[in-house]
Amino acid sequence: MSLDTSKIADTNKDRPATAKKPNRAGAVAGWADDRLKLGTLTKVFARKVFPDHWSFMLGEIALWSFVVLLLTGTFLTLWFTPSMSESAYEGSYTQLRGVPMSDAYASTLHISFDVRGGLLMRQMHHWSAMLFIAAMFVHMMRTFVTGAFRKPRELNWVIGSVLLLLGILEGFAGYSLPDDLLSGTGLRIADGLVKATPVVGTYMSFFLFGGEFPGDVIIPRLYIIHVLLIPGLLLALIGAHMLLLVFHKHTQWAGPGRTEQNVVGYPMLPVYAAKAGGFFFMVFGVTALMGALLSINPIWKYGPYDPSKVTAGSQPDWYMGIAEGLLRIMPNWETHIWGITISWNVMIPGQIIPFVLFGMIIGWPFLEQWVTGDKREHHLLQRPRNAPTRTAFLAAMVTVYGLLWAAGGNDILATHFHWSLNSITYFMRVAIFVIPPIVFYVTRRWCIGLQRQDNDRLLHGYETGIIMRSAEGGYTERHLPISEASAYTLTARNRDEIHQIESDVDENGVAAPDTRVARIRAKLSRGMFADNVQKPTAEELEEARHHAEHEHELETGLDHPAAGHEFDDHQLRDAGDVPLRQH
Amino acid sequence: MRLLNRPLGRLSRHRRGPVAGLLVVVLGLLLTGGLYAALSPASAQTDNSAKLIKQGHQLFLVGCSFCHGTNGQGVKTLDGNQLGPSLVGVGAAAVDFQVGTGRMPAVQPGPQIPQKEVTYTPDEISALAAYVASLGPGPAIPNPSDYSLNGLSDQQLQEMIAKGGQIFLTNCTACHNFEGSGGAMPKGGFAPKIRGVDPKYIFEAMLTGPQAMDTFSNGNLSVDEKRDIVAYLQSLQDNPDYGGFGMGGIGPVSEGLFAWIVGIGSLVGVAIWIAAHTARSTTRKDSEVEDTQHEWEKAEHR
Repeated sequence: MSLDTSKIADTNKDRPATAKKPNRAGAVAGWADDRLKLGTLTKVFARKVFPDHWSFMLGEIALWSFVVLLLTGTFLTLWFTPSMSESAYEGSYTQLRGVPMSDAYASTLHISFDVRGGLLMRQMHHWSAMLFIAAMFVHMMRTFVTGAFRKPRELNWVIGSVLLLLGILEGFAGYSLPDDLLSGTGLRIADGLVKATPVVGTYMSFFLFGGEFPGDVIIPRLYIIHVLLIPGLLLALIGAHMLLLVFHKHTQWAGPGRTEQNVVGYPMLPVYAAKAGGFFFMVFGVTALMGALLSINPIWKYGPYDPSKVTAGSQPDWYMGIAEGLLRIMPNWETHIWGITISWNVMIPGQIIPFVLFGMIIGWPFLEQWVTGDKREHHLLQRPRNAPTRTAFLAAMVTVYGLLWAAGGNDILATHFHWSLNSITYFMRVAIFVIPPIVFYVTRRWCIGLQRQDNDRLLHGYETGIIMRSAEGGYTERHLPISEASAYTLTARNRDEIHQIESDVDENGVAAPDTRVARIRAKLSRGMFADNVQKPTAEELEEARHHAEHEHELETGLDHPAAGHEFDDHQLRDAGDVPLRQH
Repeated sequence: MRLLNRPLGRLSRHRRGPVAGLLVVVLGLLLTGGLYAALSPASAQTDNSAKLIKQGHQLFLVGCSFCHGTNGQGVKTLDGNQLGPSLVGVGAAAVDFQVGTGRMPAVQPGPQIPQKEVTYTPDEISALAAYVASLGPGPAIPNPSDYSLNGLSDQQLQEMIAKGGQIFLTNCTACHNFEGSGGAMPKGGFAPKIRGVDPKYIFEAMLTGPQAMDTFSNGNLSVDEKRDIVAYLQSLQDNPDYGGFGMGGIGPVSEGLFAWIVGIGSLVGVAIWIAAHTARSTTRKDSEVEDTQHEWEKAEHR
């Protein structure tokens, strides 16, 4: 890695930079550099180049939300009491005065009504938790749909997936802490999920809650998980995630000058430091605005938790909505054998399907790599349309998620749209199997259609909007070639190779041994890539160019100002020397 | 028999004076007549209520009898379903609630009769109520003093609200939601929103258990406890939204939608904005800068 640094500073690796005028800041920096070798570090990080695209900043939303979470969370710990011992409330929220409640709930009320800025901090903390996980989802979708998880970034994909899972657990632990009616109901569901484990479920539940639900240890336990264990893991994994990002360098979109060997963009200092720093303040600002203006988790209205109570509209936070939806649409299946009940109705939606879905997401890069056999490094991103099966898979998964979230809010749908609760459940039971495949098919064909359109643009140029009338009276639209840069960008992708097995019979014409896996691979490869439209070959492009030139020759002389437009800007320009649009 | 009767007979022979029998008869008559005079409606009133009942019956025959039968006995459809239930014993309170809130007369049978504009005038409603009340004994329209919160001291009101909140969270939130925003019931039914409803109707609903709702009779929840609930609902209405805009008061579903639409929506917008405003070393227009930009733009080699 040799950089030409002469433009930036009068220095190199051996010789420290000399300031033209000695100043105090320089003296401090020199002092620190002598002891901490900051110069070397800064050289690596400050001049790290990042490409510019809005979709590369989605992960940053999650990162900055995490910072907001740490800041507001620390504030909350100063007053929160993670204890389930009960006493009568004597605080300033009159509606609950005299009501027996746990210290956890009472201290949350205290934070909300008696600590200056406490409610704002609580609401900011909760909103930024929602945004943290939502941003991770969006970031993950971008990574997925552009193929940014391909070698060498598979591990970072796994780390990111684990971060998402940890974030969801952290969120669940967090909103269970106030010990209000809603969070207690959520814990009751968690208790049910644990108990649905065959044979050992009840034991596990008793270990978790220190006896029969709700017990008096779950909140202190969740607290330490929420403020120490998971945040520690999150911090470590975020650190690893970002170190790998720096180490691998950022991916970039294809384009002139952008190759698999370089990154084109702006350096960390000053450009990205300013952009990312500014983005932090924007994230903080949006969270602060939401925390100040939008009520979230008004625990004083829910009241303290009491296992005998429940409220209509009990839902988990959005990221647990998928589990809620699965539970709500699951048929009531149970098996009784030898005095043991196997609760398929809770085990399948609560313990199996979420992890199957998660496994599909985390495993896709490895499946794709196995099918393609592609072990090359990829630093140029794929446009979503150029991986139709993958894009369609994501669309189907998003649909599954959306449907399950809707199923989790079936009571809200029922009351707001005057639908029957039962009908929604029956509909969802079918829809969850029918709609995602439809979405998959439509998205896939849509992507392939877009690929065709790209090829049309390459071979026939873009539609100018100029309608030509031939001498015979026929109408055609004039096409003009797209710019070299656009053509480069469109063609900067690899052709898909379809894996085929050489022969599935051996020399004697008998089914060959050990070809089953290869056959599956070949089948998957065909399914995933056979329908894709490949970019035109060099000959085809050359031929198209000749054709365009020939056409241009035929059309020269036909251009003249349209009648009535001789003097305005709508004159037909000579398309030969001035392209109508920059494409 | 004689042996048994003797001591009693002797005792009563000792107690009985010569005019005792007469006195008992006179006293009995006086008591009966007096009680009748004191407790029975005055004759003029009787006329009036009979008139009211008759008027109510006329209205009933036009507006209600199609489903409830000409005598309020209820109507069954041919396949054995109940078209309209029997109204014998539902009481005046039920009529006042159903008709007074515009639920009755219903447009069509269904899983739940929705609220509409009120069809009848208050006089007509009381006539209907009088007629239905005459079909059999049932809860009467409550007195305003049962549910009114007027004239209570702050201290009293606060105690009522705290108590009412507990009763509300125990008995009502399961269907009507923690803020009284309403909730879903099976097969297209729903527990309606009860925030901002006239206290009289809250009280009557608890008393009569309209449609799918349970009945909370006065033996179940006393009049005072019902009033506590009214006080709590009123306080939900009066309290400011401490946390800001409540987004419909329906819990985490709307919170999730706002997180995605407002939160992620605006932050992605910010990301697009930041990415669109790329580094510029001069104040000249973008088109002119294009060349100088490449000097800034760096390529790092892998």
